[in-house]
Amino acid sequence: MAKPTDLVQGTLDLLILRTLALEPMHGWGIAQRIRQVSGEVLQVNQGALYPALHRLEQQGWIRAKWGESENNRRAKYYSLTPDGAKYLRQEHAQWKRLSLAINLVLETP
Amino acid sequence: MRWHHKFPLRLRSLFRKNNAELDLREELQFHLQNQIDEFVAQGMNRQEARGAALKSLGGVEQIKEECRDARHVNFLDNFLQDIRFGLRMFRRSPGFSVLAILCLTLGIGANAAVFSWIEGILFRPYPAVTHQERLVAIGGTSRADARGTPLSWPDYLDLERSCTLCETTFVSKITGTTLSIGDRAERTIGSIVSANYFDAIGVHPILGRGFLPGEDVGQSAHPVAVISYKLWQGRFEGDPAIVGKTQRLNGVMHTIIGVAPEGFYGTFVGWGMNFWVSASMEDIFEAGGYKLEDRGARWIEAYARLKSGVTLEQAQQEFAAISARLEAEYPTTDRGRAIRLWPLWQTPFNNAGTLLPTLEVMLAVVVFVLLIACANVGNLLLVRSFARRHEMSVRLAIGAGGARLWRQLLTEGLVLSFFGATGGLLVAYWCRHLLVLLFPARAGVAMYLPGELDWRVLALSSAVCLLTTLLLGVVPAIEAGKIDLANALKMEASGVVGGRGRAWVRSGLVLVQVSLSFILLVGAGLLLQSLLRVRTSNPGFATRRVQSTAVDLVSGGYDATRAEIFREALLERVRALPGVESVAFARMTPLSYGSFSSSPIAVDGYEPPQEESPTVEYNEVGPDYFVTMGIPLVAGREFTRADDEKAALVSVVNETMAERYWQGRNPLGDRVQVKGRWLTVVGVAKDSKYSSVREQPKPFFYVPIRQNLISSGTLHIRTPLAPQAMATALAREVHALDSNLAPYEVITLQEQLDRSTSPQMVAVTLVAVLGGLALLLAAIGLYGVMSYAVSQSARELGLRMALGAGASNLLRLVLSRGLALTGAGVLLGAGTALLLTRLLGNLLYKVSPRDPLAFALAFAVITTASLAACFLPAWRATRTDPARVLRD
Repeated sequence: MAKPTDLVQGTLDLLILRTLALEPMHGWGIAQRIRQVSGEVLQVNQGALYPALHRLEQQGWIRAKWGESENNRRAKYYSLTPDGAKYLRQEHAQWKRLSLAINLVLETP
Repeated sequence: MRWHHKFPLRLRSLFRKNNAELDLREELQFHLQNQIDEFVAQGMNRQEARGAALKSLGGVEQIKEECRDARHVNFLDNFLQDIRFGLRMFRRSPGFSVLAILCLTLGIGANAAVFSWIEGILFRPYPAVTHQERLVAIGGTSRADARGTPLSWPDYLDLERSCTLCETTFVSKITGTTLSIGDRAERTIGSIVSANYFDAIGVHPILGRGFLPGEDVGQSAHPVAVISYKLWQGRFEGDPAIVGKTQRLNGVMHTIIGVAPEGFYGTFVGWGMNFWVSASMEDIFEAGGYKLEDRGARWIEAYARLKSGVTLEQAQQEFAAISARLEAEYPTTDRGRAIRLWPLWQTPFNNAGTLLPTLEVMLAVVVFVLLIACANVGNLLLVRSFARRHEMSVRLAIGAGGARLWRQLLTEGLVLSFFGATGGLLVAYWCRHLLVLLFPARAGVAMYLPGELDWRVLALSSAVCLLTTLLLGVVPAIEAGKIDLANALKMEASGVVGGRGRAWVRSGLVLVQVSLSFILLVGAGLLLQSLLRVRTSNPGFATRRVQSTAVDLVSGGYDATRAEIFREALLERVRALPGVESVAFARMTPLSYGSFSSSPIAVDGYEPPQEESPTVEYNEVGPDYFVTMGIPLVAGREFTRADDEKAALVSVVNETMAERYWQGRNPLGDRVQVKGRWLTVVGVAKDSKYSSVREQPKPFFYVPIRQNLISSGTLHIRTPLAPQAMATALAREVHALDSNLAPYEVITLQEQLDRSTSPQMVAVTLVAVLGGLALLLAAIGLYGVMSYAVSQSARELGLRMALGAGASNLLRLVLSRGLALTGAGVLLGAGTALLLTRLLGNLLYKVSPRDPLAFALAFAVITTASLAACFLPAWRATRTDPARVLRD
């Protein structure tokens, strides 16, 4: 297995929230989705994923509910709370500003 | 972030922990299954896929732990776990636990009890009275007496009118009467109060009403009374129609207008009041006639409630301004005088003032006892922490951080002090009325000195408990912090007797214990000596062979003329009793609580300095008073039966008065003006004690009872008989004269003196008991340290024996080590005691705070105790079997 690209501290939260903004999803699904959407570049480390999910739940950004998965297994589905959606918007805007700034610095000859 | 969202989650993780754990496991399991599926889809067989999936997931347990951390359950969880573990440890060594908890119970209990006394006596002394935190006592000062003289009614009224910083002021002056209901007569106490009293203190009668405005105006104008709940339930049997009924109080029919609520005891520290009458009835209850319009007659005790936000200093300044104005306006009566405020706990006119020094000392003493108890428990914990070194090392080795160990040890300390605090509060609850029991009982009137276990006391006790926890937890925690992992897992080297090293913490603790107990013992010794000196001091009158008692003629309905006849008749009868040497009436017995009459005086040929208006106390006494009391006359004669209404007015002055106002001239034959009348001085009496054994010599004079109308009086009898025998004979004589009357308790003047010094007695008792307790705890501590030292150095002792040391050598070795510790503790304690005993101040009487006898006594006691504590370990040392120890 390829060594996953290290995620900037805090961006994992952003990716998780963004993924959940589309639809409620379980941990496995979140990891898969992030990998696919990023074109296999971002590999989410499971050791970081679950603690992050529990932390986000604790903070009230997401909430968990048991449900049935596509392959008929019992799975824990996470969904975004209104608070979480608000937080995501803030953080997304923040991220855009930041990456724009970094690009500017890097691209300016 | 919302707490309402977070809180249920945390609760769930804590209490439905199994559920949360299952959830977590299932969630990870699901992930694993999917991973396996994926690997299988990529072409691995199931076995390989499973292995690869597990590998890709990383440490499952580690993820779980991180998830738990993310949920913040760990902190609480660890706490509960530590508590459970602590409890298990204590269950495993019940001896240790019981001893430790007992020590803490005593330490914390003593503290909580004293806190509750201080709260109930000094800070919140009046149950049911509102806003006591803003209540202050009002008293007067004069040039001669800076501490609490009473006020006059007109001065008080002016003060009430002019004070802008007071929300309210009210008068409450203790008084007494004999209550005859049916055929039972009983002494009872009450208060003379201003009409606004019940409104001012926010207490509302449960039946009837309080006093109406204006009911404190006029002479004997409003004979109405409010009675206490206790009196209503007891003597009046809870009569629901009590309001409107009448009751004779001091000879005057009073209408009962109200019943005070249960749990209200009036406003006087030390006694529970049973009735309240308005100030207009003053001349019925007070000696000296009608005083409401007399600015020179000082008799009232008052309180003020300051407006909220007003400090005592601000109010004090306003009072100073008001009294300066009164002084200028009424120089004849108010010159050199001022009115000031005292916080409740320094109230000059009730038992708060008398008990303050005792309670202060008690507070220091219980803190000492708590420290000693903590040192003891700390020592016990330390011994255990050595025994638990292995456990600690293992914990460290498998990855517990230093902080985690600290937390565990502090939690164990908390568990211990929690039990200690619970026990302590129980002790305090049982002890809250203890103080009253320590005071000598008096017939009829019950003392009331309650402890108050309110939230403030509980909060303070909890603070003490937390402090204890820190002290207790820190000792083993420091030890644990010093564990050197590499060495600790190996066996420990055995110690030597007197060896240095780790033992210093324990020795240090014992040192502190010994020195603290030494200080307490010195304190107890000093207080005991002063008590003995007070009790054996010569008050200037005979104490053993003189007895006093009284018959309440006023309550019996006697007017002055009939009372005079009765007294004469009774004197005749008592004088004729076998064993009676002489007998005399007087208005007041010295050293009793009541106040002597006092009057501004003028002396022929004495020009008082500008700012002084001399006022002197006096007593109204009958013929043979000086002979009966054993007060010698240094010149002139004493009163005789000839000094009656028709004879020339006379007086006897004491030496200090003669000295101060005649300044070396012979006062005999000179005149002194008292209450507007000129009296001729016919005798000079030796100084004696009047209000208190501890007072300085003060001017005082006597006037004949027959020339001063008094309504009641005390009988003084000089006899070698026992008071009980006297009481029986006396009761018979009184009964023969009037079958409705009975005399009060007959007591010797020595008993009177003892009662007046009861605060000292209480202080001595408490300090001695707690000092003994401290000594016991310290001895246990010393014993523990020495036994441990002996058991740890068995190898060394065995070696010494093998090399030829005899039992006596070993005995000396161990004893000298113990005594060295004691010696160091005594040195430290003696040094500290020399600095501290000064603080006993007022409680000491004719004893130097550095009294060598007290120090020597404390030294002897503590040496004996430590010898006893060390002997058993030393003896055990001599029993060491060298062959076995060396083999092991």
